[in-house]
Amino acid sequence: MSTSAKTRIVGSSVPRKEGVDKLTGRARYVDDMHLEGMWHGVTVRSAIARGLIRSITFNPGIDWSEFTVVTAADIPGKNHIQLIFSDQPCLAADQVNHCEEAIVLLAHPNRQRLREAIAAVHIEYDPLPPVFTIEESERQDPIVWGADNLFKSFLLEKGNVDDAWAGAAHVIEGEYRTGAQEHLYIENNGVIGEYSEAEGVTVWGSLQCPYYVHKSLMAVFGLPEDKVRVIQTETGGAFGGKEDFPSVIGSHAALLARKAGRPVKMIYDRLEDLAATPKRHPSRIRHRTAVDASGKLLAMDIDLATDGGAYSTLSSTVLSRATLHACGPYYCPNVRVRSRSWATNTVPYGAFRGFGAPQATFAIERHIDEIAAALAMDPVELRRRNFLRDGMTTATQQVMRESVILEELLDRALRESDYYGRKKRFALENPNNAIRRGMGIAAFFHGSGFTGSGERYLNSLAGIDVTPEKEVRVLVSSTEFGQGTNTILTQIAAEALGLDAAHVVMAPPDTRVVPNSGPTVASRTAMVVGKLIERASLQLLRRLREQARLGGEFDSDEFFSACERLRSSCGDVVSLCRYEAPPDIFWDDQKYQGEAYPAFAWSVQIAQVAVDTLTYAAQVEEFWSVQEAGRVLNPVLAGGQIEGGIAQGIGYALYEKVQWQDGHMRNNQMTNYIMPTAEDVPPIHVYFEEIPFRHGGFGAKGIGELPHDGPAPAVLNAIRDATGVSFHAIPLLPEDMLGKLAVPAPAEEPATV
Amino acid sequence: MRGDPQAHQLVAPGTLHGVLSLLAEEPGAWTPIAGGTELMVAYAAGRLNHRKLVSLWGIPDLRWIEVSTDSVVIAAGATFRDLRDHPAIAAEFPLLAKAAGWIGSIANQSRATLGGNLVNGSPAADSSPALLVYDAEVEMISACGRRRAPYREFHIGYKRNLLAPDELLYAVHVPRRNAGQRQYIRKVGTRRAMAISKTALAGRVLLQNRVVQEIRLAAASVAAFPARLYRAEDALLGKAISPETMRATRAALLSEIVPIDDIRSTAEYRRVVTANLLQEFLSSFAPDGTIR
Amino acid sequence: MTLSYSSIEFVVNRERCQVSVPPMKRLLDVLREDLGLTGTKEGCGEGECGSCSVRVDGELVNSCMIPVLQAQGAHIETVEGLSKSGELHPLQKAFLACGGAQCGICTPGMLMAATHLLAQNPTPSITEIREGLAGNLCRCTGFVRIFDSVIASIAQSHAGPGRKSHAG
Repeated sequence: MSTSAKTRIVGSSVPRKEGVDKLTGRARYVDDMHLEGMWHGVTVRSAIARGLIRSITFNPGIDWSEFTVVTAADIPGKNHIQLIFSDQPCLAADQVNHCEEAIVLLAHPNRQRLREAIAAVHIEYDPLPPVFTIEESERQDPIVWGADNLFKSFLLEKGNVDDAWAGAAHVIEGEYRTGAQEHLYIENNGVIGEYSEAEGVTVWGSLQCPYYVHKSLMAVFGLPEDKVRVIQTETGGAFGGKEDFPSVIGSHAALLARKAGRPVKMIYDRLEDLAATPKRHPSRIRHRTAVDASGKLLAMDIDLATDGGAYSTLSSTVLSRATLHACGPYYCPNVRVRSRSWATNTVPYGAFRGFGAPQATFAIERHIDEIAAALAMDPVELRRRNFLRDGMTTATQQVMRESVILEELLDRALRESDYYGRKKRFALENPNNAIRRGMGIAAFFHGSGFTGSGERYLNSLAGIDVTPEKEVRVLVSSTEFGQGTNTILTQIAAEALGLDAAHVVMAPPDTRVVPNSGPTVASRTAMVVGKLIERASLQLLRRLREQARLGGEFDSDEFFSACERLRSSCGDVVSLCRYEAPPDIFWDDQKYQGEAYPAFAWSVQIAQVAVDTLTYAAQVEEFWSVQEAGRVLNPVLAGGQIEGGIAQGIGYALYEKVQWQDGHMRNNQMTNYIMPTAEDVPPIHVYFEEIPFRHGGFGAKGIGELPHDGPAPAVLNAIRDATGVSFHAIPLLPEDMLGKLAVPAPAEEPATV
Repeated sequence: MRGDPQAHQLVAPGTLHGVLSLLAEEPGAWTPIAGGTELMVAYAAGRLNHRKLVSLWGIPDLRWIEVSTDSVVIAAGATFRDLRDHPAIAAEFPLLAKAAGWIGSIANQSRATLGGNLVNGSPAADSSPALLVYDAEVEMISACGRRRAPYREFHIGYKRNLLAPDELLYAVHVPRRNAGQRQYIRKVGTRRAMAISKTALAGRVLLQNRVVQEIRLAAASVAAFPARLYRAEDALLGKAISPETMRATRAALLSEIVPIDDIRSTAEYRRVVTANLLQEFLSSFAPDGTIR
Repeated sequence: MTLSYSSIEFVVNRERCQVSVPPMKRLLDVLREDLGLTGTKEGCGEGECGSCSVRVDGELVNSCMIPVLQAQGAHIETVEGLSKSGELHPLQKAFLACGGAQCGICTPGMLMAATHLLAQNPTPSITEIREGLAGNLCRCTGFVRIFDSVIASIAQSHAGPGRKSHAG
């Protein structure tokens, strides 16, 4: 079995495939591209959060004949963005439902002229009352979406929660809130659209999922699939923020291109990207938990609500993942999770690394510490006592068939961080110090791949081919945006084929060239797509052996010679494989029961935090993360995923606050949306335990999202440890801690110079 | 990028004389631009309304630091990098050296000038509290001549200052008489680097037999412009540091600062934390070092 | 108002260049649009992210903050000038080996900031590395492997101080 065999390339830190291009400035991002005759495109956006569009007038002071102007009336196909539901218009026609909603598109050869033109489009509205919070939406007055403001709800039940309270030694309740979070990829959204009658629509862009954009363009233009082409350009960060939104901006650029009769480039600047594109769903999660005297969980009753924004986009699937992660990595016989995603009149919330799990994990992992406090128990021991173990069932009755090593992860994290030693030291030092230190822990899991039957529906196709130029090409629509797709998939193909990594390249991420291997989301690339590439490679080897006389042992020359023999007898040398679900995996969408994920990645994180009682500021001083995510395909890249996720998670906990004012993001500048800098991120220690997963590419499970789930609860648990004060909401800014901490102790280290 | 390069005129006379002549010919028509770290932000956001700009960058007469027997004189065009690198500033004006390192990042410090920081007049200006406690004087220049004023009188309102339309800030004079004094400075920003002050406090005190002989306190982000804290100073002058004087000083400080709620923090946070910083400074030389 | 263009000369990556552009055009845009040097990136347009970092006369600057007229006669170094005759710069090699680049969009600016840091201070402490790179925002790496890369490149070029693991 390949997953347990010794490997040459998989498991080694092969340098990033496109690394040299990125390091020399040669890598071509969309704004680095220029097409002959290309114009620039911009968007005229809604100034109000909700209302009817009464009129659109164009100031006669501008010579509009120089411009291309597109409104909803110019859409040849359907005026919607094709995603799960089709409620989001491509361009608002009669009504706007959030600030910055796109209404009119303009193109002109001169970018600067477009700024004046935007100001010269006057849109008059009949305002309607907007809804901005979960609570306002729950009141269902006004109704701003559908019949009841509700995008989606789930009810997950196991055992009998209602009977458990009476027999409980303790019942602990808590409410936890998380805020919106901005992806803040350093490359803003951008695309180039082109259109011709003969070729149809072509879109180049910074994006994660070429076939999502492809599907949306087919709907907007009413074109068949062979008349739509999407090409991913080098993508400067995404984190989920370029999962669904490129379908919007891609459609816009293509509409302008069609009307202008020339390519049109749309590049958002930072102000626009921050104000107008999706963010992480805010949440409010209420826990009510019954435990026995020893701390064993008896029942968990969880009410989970997310703010979905103005259109449904991905809110239902984000809610699903939040629901499935709501109980944490614990065994509990009686569970009820009611979850709902509500419509509000803000920019639609969308995919962001973790996809609902960071919200759910924040709540349960903070709550576990509250339970421990109520029981006067060590939060570490409370966790240990309730961890899921081999053979136990989750809330959806999924049996833990793969080995669960949470205790090993926990013990390693405690050891590496000297958790108890440091706690002891801080307990001595804190009383005489204006700086109070504490240690906080979070234990969590993250389901790899699409939820439930998602992977079956996706039915992904991927593979390899061999060119006459003696290159093996990986054929996937799974894209590279920093996480390492190019490197790990070429490693997998090279490993399986017995070649060097240098012999394998990525086929261009172009829907005309590569099959639909599914979206690049959900920590699925290494596990699901990696497995397809492994299978396709082994399948090709079998064919070469059976049909082209490839020997048992071979060098690369012999391999490519065999490929040429196969080519002359069969035409192209291509090997594609379609997704096959692991056996014994069953998910019931109706009952919301069964195998929620084919595999889980597990992690324990520990944060050391210092709270300054003079400034009420918390600083993460050191961070440890131990995880089991199956086989590690490339240690350098995997470590980078963990560290980057933790840095984002620390930002989520302590720095990053989206400030809304009447539905507008008012801090839409990098100087006012505060992400951690090189001086704010602590030293991060990363450790992997590896248990190869048979159904993942060379044993890999998902890794990309996992690390973002834990930092927020670990950090707030550490603040509780340091100060004795529980905080229940993130982002937790110094202004939120003001007045909540005990009277500051005398300064031990005066800051005189 | 929302600015239009064609909508702005930019000239670079290359000499101080050339710049002053231009300002004298059309007073108020020309906006000086030095390192650009403020104006270019407004420009990129499409908010730069000044149509005619005159560059001060690369003019040797505006970029020097001179040490005389009684003061260090810093030309307005000296960058924060220049300030950080200067041995006399590091040795005698540690608060200023430290504040220079607070400015944005290395790439901002290489361009941002002391003059730009002061003329822009942000309430959060990093260099201001240090200059206020050092009793700095500003020297202004126009084609008609030069004049000097105490820096504490330079700001006269939110982003308003003493400069006439044809005038430039020429230099900042910092007297060298801090030997034996205790000095304090601390900035509380939105993060550790690349941060704008939520509040910052600088202090300098001369003690004799535990009695305050001379005291200077100044803060950023607690009023419409960087401000000396006169009432807090008065509460300390001539007194010994005791729990009572510290309480009185804290009350005096809270009575004179007028911070606001804005995108970076709240008025309440600024009030409490500024007072906490003051307390930290005073505690550091209180008799038992532990008075709160 | 129609404004005249200025003829501006400078040296970019050891080559003399001359452009005729409006004097308020940002150095960033001149590099990218007039000289085709698209390695220098725009991330925020307000001097906050450092993606557009280049060196001008030996100083690290954000090229989005400089009207090109102020670069008249300057010596400018961009990411394209780092590798010489096909050989990667030691920092580029270290970033490749240590995982200092992920999505790559901050990488050119980060490399210029790191180059500048080492030019000023060939053996910086971790605190000095953090400060030297604090004006360059990276959203992918959490900076850890960027610090590792800088430290590794020092070890490479000096064969001196051993590489400390990624503890700050």
